[in-house]
Amino acid sequence: MTRIDVLKTYKLFINGAFPRGESGRVYEVKDAQGKFLANPCQASRKDLREAVVAARTAQSGWVGATAYLRGQILYRASEMMQARKSEFVDALVAAEGKSKKAADDEVLAAIDTWVWYAGWSDKISTIAGSTNQVSGPYYNFTIPEAVGVVTIFADSKSTLLTLVSSIGAVISTGNTCVVIASEKSPLTAITLAEALATSDLPAGVVNILTGKSAELVSWVGSHMDIDAVDVSGLSKKSEADVRLAGADNLKRVHRFTEIKSSQRILSFVENKTVWHPIGV
Amino acid sequence: MTKFEYAPAPESTTIVDIKSEYGLFINGKFVAAKGGKTFLTINPATEKTLAKISYASNSDVDKAVAAATDAFKKVWSKTSPSERGKYLYRIARILQERAREFAVLESMDNGKPIKETRDVDIPLAAAHFFYHAGWADKLDHAGLGVNPKPHGVVGQIIPWNFPLLMLSWKIAPALATGNTVVLKPAETTPLTALLFAEVCQQAGLPEGVVNIITGDGATGAYLVNHPGIAKIAFTGSTEVGKGIARAISGTSKALTLELGGKGANIVYDDAAIDEAVEGIVSGIFFNQGHVCCAGSRLLLQENVAEEVTEKLKKRMALIRVGDPLDKNTDLGAINSKAQLEKIQELSAAGDAEGAQRWSPECVLPGTGFWFKPTIFSGVTQAHRIAQEEIFGPVLSIITFRTPQEAIEKANNTPFGLSAGIWTDKGSKILWSAQRLKAGVIWANTFNKFDPASPFGGYKESGWGREGGRHGLSAYVKVAK
Repeated sequence: MTRIDVLKTYKLFINGAFPRGESGRVYEVKDAQGKFLANPCQASRKDLREAVVAARTAQSGWVGATAYLRGQILYRASEMMQARKSEFVDALVAAEGKSKKAADDEVLAAIDTWVWYAGWSDKISTIAGSTNQVSGPYYNFTIPEAVGVVTIFADSKSTLLTLVSSIGAVISTGNTCVVIASEKSPLTAITLAEALATSDLPAGVVNILTGKSAELVSWVGSHMDIDAVDVSGLSKKSEADVRLAGADNLKRVHRFTEIKSSQRILSFVENKTVWHPIGV
Repeated sequence: MTKFEYAPAPESTTIVDIKSEYGLFINGKFVAAKGGKTFLTINPATEKTLAKISYASNSDVDKAVAAATDAFKKVWSKTSPSERGKYLYRIARILQERAREFAVLESMDNGKPIKETRDVDIPLAAAHFFYHAGWADKLDHAGLGVNPKPHGVVGQIIPWNFPLLMLSWKIAPALATGNTVVLKPAETTPLTALLFAEVCQQAGLPEGVVNIITGDGATGAYLVNHPGIAKIAFTGSTEVGKGIARAISGTSKALTLELGGKGANIVYDDAAIDEAVEGIVSGIFFNQGHVCCAGSRLLLQENVAEEVTEKLKKRMALIRVGDPLDKNTDLGAINSKAQLEKIQELSAAGDAEGAQRWSPECVLPGTGFWFKPTIFSGVTQAHRIAQEEIFGPVLSIITFRTPQEAIEKANNTPFGLSAGIWTDKGSKILWSAQRLKAGVIWANTFNKFDPASPFGGYKESGWGREGGRHGLSAYVKVAK
């Protein structure tokens, strides 16, 4: 008799926990052959709000941690990803019909990319900050600081690699985030959440929602406590909707295609310049 | 002790030659607006007309964008970076040569004191061109990304509070990075921008690289929506800035915004009080308070609040209000009747909401637009004068007990442009600076500006930075 597999229930990831969506809605995700795979949650506006509250609450502690500590915590997360390598590979093969080799390459590249961003945490101000030679007796310096809470519409082109690029770039500097997973291929994102949940990442730094991005676009755009949005996973039309509604609190909106790119990091920092007189 | 009165010391206006009528500056030449529509620019200190200004029609804006596009494709993009830089050096030098003329003209058109235009606006404008000139051939080394490229034609809209200085903040980095420009100065202060057009001619700047179109908000809106514009840079109100962000939301246009502020100037009890008082005065009364980064909320630690307020009042009594062209004037004219009415309206709201108003005795001139230096004490966080930008010489005083409370109150605003910190303790400066959500923080000083120092806001105070290495990135495209 063949053994019946124990299948995973895919849930949201909010504030370090895995709740079901508050609306009780799910949607069906199929594998590359069209066979039923899972019923992930269809996150609602309220789930989004809960996730933003978690991200906002976590932000001061996360940005207040030393950059060295953030770097170590991010590195620890890559250790967890390495340990779950075969789970990620299986997920990419099953859900997205990738070859074993392609999936293997993507997962390894994703882990390495995460490590790449982990290393940036205590270096970004060295390359993006400056001391400025003003024409007067003043010490003047500029430092990049996290912008705050960033919503990421995950790109679906390579679900794990682009996902870790988006998240790693955003949180390395002290931002916290709410990720809207790829609608078509959301399971990799939840598997990543499970890896993050077993790392030392504080609750609320990364929150992951699954569901219909078209439904969430307007709520993200108009939410007054979201500071910035990565729209890489949205159509141009939806990006325009986020920009239009986002103008109410001047959200910083960016789209990316590069994987390892300091531009991803620099797009979600604010530069602060401090002046002080020099004298006795 | 004998009190010596000041004798009048007016700066001569013979150095400026104001024409009765100005055309638009398109493709290197002054041309009349299509249809011949004009508007007047006045001296806000006297309400006398200075000149008739051409009102750019939509077809004039089209022409200006076409000229800038042509200049970008045929000339400017083919000019080597070091040659671009040399044009900017020339402009900087000519601005220095003609500095007095610019200072007098700016004071007349804007109403700000001659000592500020002479010592701040014009020298800083020249410095911006000089600074950016040197960047033109070093962009590959600036850490902006791999192979930075100009956007093309940039549409720039500037406010009336620092007319020539804002022009230089916009045009210098745009040209240094290889863009061409269509710039619209503010409706009430077009004259120094039009004089700058002459500087471009004297510098031999290729035709069409800089185009200056005069008009009002509708002109600006048409420019923003013009399909030939690749990037927009705007300085002005948060309300208009958000409107621009909405207008271009469905396009691929790049946008930087320098918007409003409600800067907190925090005085801790261990500050050097006399120096802090000077900083408070320059923080709110510099340029009649027409400063987006003004320290318009004074946060005083409770145990020194009375002492600071008393010293501030004594100091305010010495502020000389009057003729902007008088070299001893500290506080000039409010730029326009509309702005004066806005200041009056918000101040009346301060009275109505229960804050206590105080102004020193001073005689205001009979004509022109004037407002006494004013403080409101007993202001709470919910008062309109603690939340809304007044953009005038009006200071709201709020008290706090602990540093944590100071930071919380300072950050309790949708704005995030500037903040001030006054304390003798270095660690407290850095602790505060780390927590303040503001793009520019002045510690034991206030309202200092420099082309090498990035300027710009957090939150609803804007997008991007102007000045320094950081300001360059607004004007280039890189892969991301």
